[in-house]
Amino acid sequence: MKIRLLAGIFALGLAAAGCGGATVATSPSSTAPAAGSGTASASAGTVKIAINPWVGYEASANVVAYLLKNELGYQVELPEIKEQLAWEGFGTGDVDVIIENWGHPDLKKQFIEEKKVAQEAGSTGNKGVIGWYIPKWMVDEHPDITDYKNLNKYASLFKTSESGDQGQLLFGDPSYVSNEEALIKNLKLDYKVVVGGSEAALIKSAQQAQEQKKALLFYFWDPHWLFSKTDLVRVNLPAYTEGCDADPKKVACDYPEMDLDKIVSTKFAQTGGKAYELVKNFTWTNEDQNAVADDMTNNGMTGEDAAKKWIEANTAKWQAWIPK
Amino acid sequence: MSTTAVTTPSGLRLPRWAAPVGAAALFVAAYLVFQGTGTLPHDKEAPQFLAVTEFREWIDDHRNDNPLFLYFLNYVRLFVAWLYDLFLAGLHALGWPGITGVMGALAWLAGGWRVGLLALGGVSAFGVLGLWESSVETLALVAVAVLLSLAIGIPVGVWAGLSVRVRRAITPALDVMQIMPTFAYLAPLALFFHIGAPAGAIATMIYSIPPAIRITALAVSQVSPTAVEASASLGATRWQTLVKVHLPLARSTMALAINQTIMMALSMVVIASLISAPGLGGEIIRGLSRAQVGIMLPAGVAVVIMAVVLDRMMMAVAHREPHAKTGRTNLLAALALAVAGLALIPVLPKLWPENLTLNLVAEVNDAVGWAETNWYAVTTFIKDATSHALLNPLESLLTSAPWWLVALAVLTVAWRVSGPRPALVALGCLLAIALLGVWEHTMQTMTTVAVAVLVTLMIGLLLGVAAARSPRYSAVQRPLLDAAQTMPAFVYLLPALALFGTTRFTAIFASVIYAVPPVVRLVEDGIRAVPGTVVEAAVSAGSTPGQLLWKVQLPMARRAILLAANQGIVMTLAMVVVGGLVGAGALGYDVVTGFSQRTDFGMGFVAGIATVLLGVMLDRITQGADRRPSPRKRKFT
Repeated sequence: MKIRLLAGIFALGLAAAGCGGATVATSPSSTAPAAGSGTASASAGTVKIAINPWVGYEASANVVAYLLKNELGYQVELPEIKEQLAWEGFGTGDVDVIIENWGHPDLKKQFIEEKKVAQEAGSTGNKGVIGWYIPKWMVDEHPDITDYKNLNKYASLFKTSESGDQGQLLFGDPSYVSNEEALIKNLKLDYKVVVGGSEAALIKSAQQAQEQKKALLFYFWDPHWLFSKTDLVRVNLPAYTEGCDADPKKVACDYPEMDLDKIVSTKFAQTGGKAYELVKNFTWTNEDQNAVADDMTNNGMTGEDAAKKWIEANTAKWQAWIPK
Repeated sequence: MSTTAVTTPSGLRLPRWAAPVGAAALFVAAYLVFQGTGTLPHDKEAPQFLAVTEFREWIDDHRNDNPLFLYFLNYVRLFVAWLYDLFLAGLHALGWPGITGVMGALAWLAGGWRVGLLALGGVSAFGVLGLWESSVETLALVAVAVLLSLAIGIPVGVWAGLSVRVRRAITPALDVMQIMPTFAYLAPLALFFHIGAPAGAIATMIYSIPPAIRITALAVSQVSPTAVEASASLGATRWQTLVKVHLPLARSTMALAINQTIMMALSMVVIASLISAPGLGGEIIRGLSRAQVGIMLPAGVAVVIMAVVLDRMMMAVAHREPHAKTGRTNLLAALALAVAGLALIPVLPKLWPENLTLNLVAEVNDAVGWAETNWYAVTTFIKDATSHALLNPLESLLTSAPWWLVALAVLTVAWRVSGPRPALVALGCLLAIALLGVWEHTMQTMTTVAVAVLVTLMIGLLLGVAAARSPRYSAVQRPLLDAAQTMPAFVYLLPALALFGTTRFTAIFASVIYAVPPVVRLVEDGIRAVPGTVVEAAVSAGSTPGQLLWKVQLPMARRAILLAANQGIVMTLAMVVVGGLVGAGALGYDVVTGFSQRTDFGMGFVAGIATVLLGVMLDRITQGADRRPSPRKRKFT
């Protein structure tokens, strides 16, 4: 009862004192400035790195988090927030860093140019590309299947209980970057997008498809550890040309190869001190990411353990990221 | 409208089956003639959706300069955030020894050594499962939500209990809140309160308020009028009567209200993690997105443990004699526990020591993997058979039928089962759904619900009848049902996902296990309520047990069975929508997409509203059972 009373009094006080109104950005937030104190012993502040739902992203986030914790003495929070919500989190203090951003020119325009709550923090060094894939055995049996023009011919192979009379195009997490609906419509393909719901659903289906020789057409992306374990072939959609994906409804071309980059909140860029420097300096290769992601998925390691293993084996690489 | 005229029970001279069969034949004929016309295919770019998306953009841009936000909503958000931080800081300050000790002490006080030990074990289990942090966050979130629910719910409930007029005014609102699938709350809340702990706490609060209001109102209104009159005639003021007579006499029922509120909050707090509320729900979502049951299972178990501990504590309070004093030994034991816990705070580490945790992720994943590979043939067969034989035909029937025909069918059935007013409400809901532009997806969701309800009722009737006929079996089944009903809905997705992957069938499976317990219970109670004299008369007239069941017990328990169907439908819908997370598609998936793709926000929002409308519609169609005597009832008596 006392707490409730106190809370009520506090609320009144809050309302009376704050005649200027409350803005969302004033919500309690974390990144205390690192204040240039040389020692990394005391907690230097909290960094919130959003976790997007695919393991490659998590690999990058865990490596950066490990270094922030153990080399610079920061607290790190890794909240699970999907891509677009994470961008919104920049404005509200829920997110400081997106460690692997896939394009999103519209969000960049909105949050970086217009609202100015976020900033770019350079490339991750990873090259990313999204595409449609099929297991290799299908190409062996039907060599012309990799041309999108022949997909309709084979649509009946891809039928499932979920896609009805059409072929199934298996999609991942609902939050992923996607032109699938538009591609199917604009290329006049007799396919239906069926949402598996997660990266894991895609991986499982791909492995089953190759091992048990089942037909599967699915959305996937590189960098990914799966390519080193399962033979997959990319379907050739009409080649990407600059600006062919400008209007999301009229897209009829493949995905571009993207330079994956890091995005940070403006506040973090200004007050993040060494943590911000480290995030900005972080850059590695697709192979590096795949190694960590593979350990996390297939070798039963937690993100932290996998990051530790990579960090112990690649001292030279990460030491270049640590701010002086 | 000619069809409705045929089905009204005016034509009693015709054989009893003539009207329904005639109506059905008419519908089939109309379907065959008009099939494929008047359909409302789904359009992702419908103007309704775009308007909502634009509205959201506007809100995002004006979150910090619109007076409504600046002076009200943002304060609410800040206040709830502050409260949450306060609780979390308090719990963190206690550390695990403190929390364990204090919880144990409270439980001991509430219900003696048994409950005390249960609480000690339960709280330690959070640590052993390796989920200490998330559990504490969930506990804080539940505490905030329950506190706010009670702070609002109890006064409103007391008021409603004292005034019949108020009760009448709020009952419809509470009805809608209770049949509203949990998912539907989230998008509007994200719109006004953004994401994170405060929005999660507010969502949870809204969900858990109805029982607080309802049961409090009931408790207060049931206080014996003689006691009230005595108090008034002794010259007590209204306030004195309320505080000294009403509230103390209603105490044990109010403990029940608090218990219900906590249980509702616990089941919502998990779903609230879809809008980034912290806690155990996050682990479950994480497991879902990685399809790793090993991550989800410990979190699910922790939620169940929390529910059981809190439930037993509150029930112990509710069942205590009004004037029973806590014995000295119990008091001492509780005190000792609390002191021990508090004294250990500085000595022991604040976080649960890692070497005491049990990491089962890999083992559980392996077990699930084993089941997947070994049962693959069976599970795939069940899944595919259901999809091809039931789901796909029914779905194409509903989506290819003209909208007006479906509307007419709904009107006819609702009129027949529940009467004209509910029928018109149901029709209104359906038309609103059509106007919202989510017709096709609503029909798909309805298909899934229909199949799930069918299975639920079959299993429910079977188990319910078995329990009613054999007291020994019933005694075994009851505790299982009790446990199943304490569990948060989300937990049921686990086994479903493990067995069937992400498909519509997964949602069906989960909703069947979710909805079966209440159905079994209602059926069992209904059959038991058949008067013994009637049963005896039938037996002495030479009925076989089978005849007794089919000719006497089931017909006479008809009301209970219809009520069970109504409950089953409402619960199934809630779960099927949550199933959007695991491949159920349609409305639930729209809601999920709405959270994750900004351009689809409008669609998700509208789908949320449509879910509510669908819930109200299905409820009205089947509510004839409990709220008014059914027109057919007289034929049985």
